[in-house]
Formats: sequence, structure tokens, C-alpha cells
Amino acid sequence: MTSRLGGRDAHLGRDDEQSGQAGGSAPTPAQINLTRLFEQDQRKQQKNAAAKAPENAPDGTAKGKPRLLLMESTARIQKDSLPSFMDFQVWDFPGQIDIFENPTFDIDAMFGEIGALIWVIDAQDDYMEAVARLNVTILNLQRSYPFIKIEVFIHKVDGLSDDYKLDIQRDITIRIQDELSDHGFENAPVTFHLTSIYNHSIFEAFSKVIQKLIPRLGILEAMLTNLCRTCRFEKAYLFDVTSKIYIATDSSPADMTSYEICSDYIDVIIDVTEVYGSWSRSDKYREGLEGPPWSQRLEDQAASNWAESSMVLSNEDRPIILREVDKYLALVAIMKEKSYDKMPLVNLNVEVVVQGLKEFFDITKPK
Amino acid sequence: MADAEATTSQSLATDIRSEVKKPKKKKVLLMGKSGSGKSSMRSIIFSNYIARDTRRLGATIDIDLSHVKFLGNLTLNLWDCGGQEAFTENYLSQQRVHVFSNVGVLIYVFDIESRDVDRDMATYVSIISAMMQYSPTAKVYVLIHKMDLITMNAREAVFVDRVRLVQQKTAEFTHAAGITTEVDLIPFATSIWDQSLYKAWASIIHDLVPNLSVIESQLGALGTIIEAEEMLLFERTSFLVVSSWTSEEGQNNPTGDRQERMSNIMKHFKQSISRYTGTPRNTEQFVLMEHKAGVRFSMFVCKFTTNTYLMVVLPPGEARFNSARFNCQIARESFKFLDGPAAGPRT
Repeated sequence: MTSRLGGRDAHLGRDDEQSGQAGGSAPTPAQINLTRLFEQDQRKQQKNAAAKAPENAPDGTAKGKPRLLLMESTARIQKDSLPSFMDFQVWDFPGQIDIFENPTFDIDAMFGEIGALIWVIDAQDDYMEAVARLNVTILNLQRSYPFIKIEVFIHKVDGLSDDYKLDIQRDITIRIQDELSDHGFENAPVTFHLTSIYNHSIFEAFSKVIQKLIPRLGILEAMLTNLCRTCRFEKAYLFDVTSKIYIATDSSPADMTSYEICSDYIDVIIDVTEVYGSWSRSDKYREGLEGPPWSQRLEDQAASNWAESSMVLSNEDRPIILREVDKYLALVAIMKEKSYDKMPLVNLNVEVVVQGLKEFFDITKPK
Repeated sequence: MADAEATTSQSLATDIRSEVKKPKKKKVLLMGKSGSGKSSMRSIIFSNYIARDTRRLGATIDIDLSHVKFLGNLTLNLWDCGGQEAFTENYLSQQRVHVFSNVGVLIYVFDIESRDVDRDMATYVSIISAMMQYSPTAKVYVLIHKMDLITMNAREAVFVDRVRLVQQKTAEFTHAAGITTEVDLIPFATSIWDQSLYKAWASIIHDLVPNLSVIESQLGALGTIIEAEEMLLFERTSFLVVSSWTSEEGQNNPTGDRQERMSNIMKHFKQSISRYTGTPRNTEQFVLMEHKAGVRFSMFVCKFTTNTYLMVVLPPGEARFNSARFNCQIARESFKFLDGPAAGPRT
């Protein structure tokens, strides 16, 4: 896979896939196979849609239209690996199968290597049965695999009023916690998220889940916080470009609007790059460009091999910058008022942080 | 206001001015069966709706008149005609002269999913006959709409088939009425869910913009100087491509629909920014966006004249990029005439 933002050793006028020695300079994705996302839920509950929403979003042809509703219900376990900065697998589970009742499933093989379990509950439906089954699952897992993080997505909340959403969340939380404490599990790692595919909440929730699975997340966050302080950024996100999940952010409070604008900005850059960056220019053209008055190789003419982008709003308030980190990750930050003039300095600082991030992923990569 | 000005200074009016004034009066009729999506597409193109917001629109009652300002000096006199049968009959009888006289462009929208094609065609033919009677020189655009409902691989065939039917009906009518001039139909397959809508409207607008050849040649001159691969000139609110220029190498770009794709992308992003800043959708949202994709290409989109944005795609290179940006800033002067005829005589 080549970079979607346009950087990396892709050569103008040459086939970029031929740089097969990707393992050489570019960091390969950390192989964290142990971390598997795992999903299980009631049948008709759109979990497919939930899982696919982050993956399929950059679909240039169908902007704004969720094309997920036509998906068939899952009939068997689907294992999807997401090519990303770390290889994680998504196991999509059909809701109608009860894995603990069925002896054909090897429970240990299934849960032994799992990092998190996402359970999707349809908030617009009667969720009593789903909650009851979730309880059974949690109790089963808690006995043998207490380290598995359980993430409950209370899904399809788009049509519900804010008050009602919170009521549902409270109700479900209480039901599960009561059941757990009845069985003597006081601090089980269960987290609740309100999600919908019609806004960015599903991405936010997936981001939170992934962040729990990243080793030494604190260091990443500290690096970003530091960058924000030195460059006077308002907010900085480290994005996984394909899925639009953010894997780390600085310590200032995250808000939905800044996440949305950053993720939409990535979309724009991906779309533009797809149109203008995905075809090879002719050799003759390249020669012309490298000739006088520039008389330099194109590689030397460009300031950076990696994609760099920025945007200034009409009121000159809060410019946004984007910098590609490697072929999966991009750093997107919202700057403070009128700091666009200091771009060269900012770029320098960002460059240092990006090098740091690369080293970080080199070190944390499992050997 | 412009009219008042014109009458007082009529004796002074130069040839250029009367030439620029002409397009103002053009009437653009938007017609088609009820529920075919006329108001939806109008809202998306001119009022910055996003596709899924159009669900909120109700049926258009009678004629919805709007004066859409385009490029400052060009006012589109857009008549969105409600498509219910009672209204259509009324247009064809009582309001016949009122509606069909002085029409510059007729945009006729067909719903591809319509069950009663024969009746659609009958209505269409009676509208064309009224058109030929009162505005025989008008351009006719036929939009085969809601194409997203047809499966991808059947689209082309379905579209060609439907267009052939429309052309056949038109020919039958002109033949029967004894009209010798050929009705020039320009067909487009459209959908509000992808960029095809922008393609159709950019083409409609393209014919209405005055001084187009001047814009094009100047854009070309600028492009050659800054070694650009492609330049797109967008209108500020609708983000339709007004004019474009592509270098020899840039023409090898395999993406054929890139102009309307860019319109679509930029327009959607504009809406994201409006959510982010909390400003109304129709206001201007950004002044500059730049992207340097390593050694593949670089591009920037900047506020150009008051009513336009300019997108420039360049080969990589820091120095080339920066000088191109300065040059575009300087070139602004030569494009000032885009901002309306009022600026013309004064300078």
C-alpha cells in the first residue's frame, strides 16, 4: 500500500510500487498481532456498519451518504485484518451464535490473544436480551481472561434525544454493574460509549478503544502535549489515515468539533491526492522540470519527501496543519490565531516531533 | 439598482457594457415532474445544502423564483417550477407567455425511476412546444436524475437508452410541428450523491458566463508562466468550475471527472468548516489551503478575486510553489474584471 497523502518514496514519473524495499528506511507497521479486536452482539444490530464506518469512510464518490445500511447480516465469524500502523484484527461475530454454549468453539484460541471486546447494543430496540447476554459473556470472560477490555457501544443513538440517550446509558450501566458486583467482580474493565454512524461518534469510540491497546500511550501523549506547548497549538491529533481513528492526542480536553474538522481535512487531502498524485508523469516532462532554470533533481527541489499541508480560514483564526508521519499515520494540529506567519518555525518543530514519533514506533514494535 | 444606473447613463453606454448586461435578463427554467429532484439540486448547488439535508425540502408550490448571484455580475434568474400536474397545466395555459417567454436555458429533469415514462414524455413534449413558441433560441438541458438508484454497470446503458427516447420524442414533435431548426438537447446523467451534478451545472453555467474566452486565455497565460499542471477557477459560493486550464502533461491525468470531483470535495469541506467555525454555510470559509505531496505534486487553493477561488496544481518543488503563489497574487489584478461590470468603467 502506498501512502494516501502523497509522500513517501514515490517518484514522480516512475512507478512508486517498485520501491519494494519498503522495510529499509520506512518504518514497517508494528506487528501487534496479540491485540485483536473482537466483536460480538445481537444479530440485526448494525455492528457491521459500525466496524465498516471507519474503514470505508474515504469514499470520494458518495460523500455524506452512509452506504452501510444495505449490508447483509453477519452469518459467520469474519476475521478482517486492518492494514494499519499496527496490525490489528477485527473479528466480526454473528449475534445469533452463543459461543459459550457451543462446544465446537475453542474458547481459549478465541479469547486468549484478545485485547478488547466490543459489544454493540441497539439503543433503538428492546435491549434487555442483549444486556442479559452481555452479562453472561462478561462473567465468562472475567473468570479466565480478566485483562480483556470490554467496550459497550450503545449504538444507533442518532434518533434519540440527549436526555433519553443518557437515561439508556445509565440504565445499561447499572444493569451490568449490578450483575457484576453480585458475582463479586468490582472493578471489571467495562466502558460505555454512545455511538452513531451519522456523526463522528463511532470514530471517537473506536479511537478510545484502540488507544487502550497501544503500549506506552502516555509517552505519545506527552510528545504531542509538548509540541502543542512549544508551537502554541490548540490541539494535536495523531491519526491513522485509513480509518480516521486517532491513536493519540495531547492532554488538553478533546472536543468533537476539532476532531471532526481534522478528520474531514484528511479526507480532502486524500481525495485530492487520489486525483492528482496517483498517476505517473512522463520522463520527458520530468526532465523538463529538472532542467533550467531550476537545474535540480525534483527530489531536491521538494522540501520534504512527506506530505505537508496547511489551511487558513477566512478570519485567519486557527489554521490547520497536517504532516504525514509514515504511510499510515498523519499528525494533524490546530494552531492558534495568526500563527500562520510562523509556519517555517512550526514546520521545523513538527519535523523534530515526527522523527521522535518514528523512533517511538521503532522501539515499541514487538521484536 | 444596475437597471436604474443603465437607464440614466444609457447614452454613455459602451458596447462592452451592453454586452455584459445582456446575460442578466436570462431566464433559467427548471422543470420536470413533481418529486424528480429539481429543488434538491438547486439547493445543493446554490444554497450549500448537503445531499442528505434535501430530505427536509417540501414540494415546491407554483414557481419558486430566485435570483442567484453568480460571479458578481451575472444574476441567474432561476425559475424553479413546481412539477405537480395542476401547476404544469397552468404553466402551459394561463401563464404560458409569462413562463416561456425570454427563456435563456431550460433545464428539464427526468426521474430515472419514474413509473409512467409515457406520461413524462407527453408532459415534456408539451413543454418543449411552448418553449419553441416563445423562446426558440433557448438551450435545452436534459438531466436524467437519480442515477444513483441504477446499479453501477447498468447506468451507462440506461442513460443512453433514456436519452435516445427523449431525442426521439423531440424529433417527432419538431417534425410534426414543421419546425426546421433542430432542438439542441444537451443530456447529462446526474445524482445528488456524487459529483455528476456538478458536471451538469458547471456546463450550464459555463454557457452563461460572459467574457469566457478572455478568462480562459488569461488563465492559460498564467498557467504557462508558473509551470502549473492544472488550474481551476471556482465560483465562490457554488464552487462550480467557471473556467479551467490544463497543461499538456496534465491532460494525461487518467481521472476524467476531476473538475467536478474537486467542486464536490471543496464544497463538502466548506460545510465541514462551517460546522467547525459556526459560521453560516454561505459565507466564505477559507482563504488558503496548500498541500505538498512530497515528490508527487503540490497544490494550493486560494481566495482569488472577490467572487472566485483559484486552484493550482503544480509539479513538486518548494521554490516553484512559492513563486507560483506570489505570481497568482500578482495576477489577481488582471482578473479583477470578474468582479462585476461596475468595476470596469470606473477604472
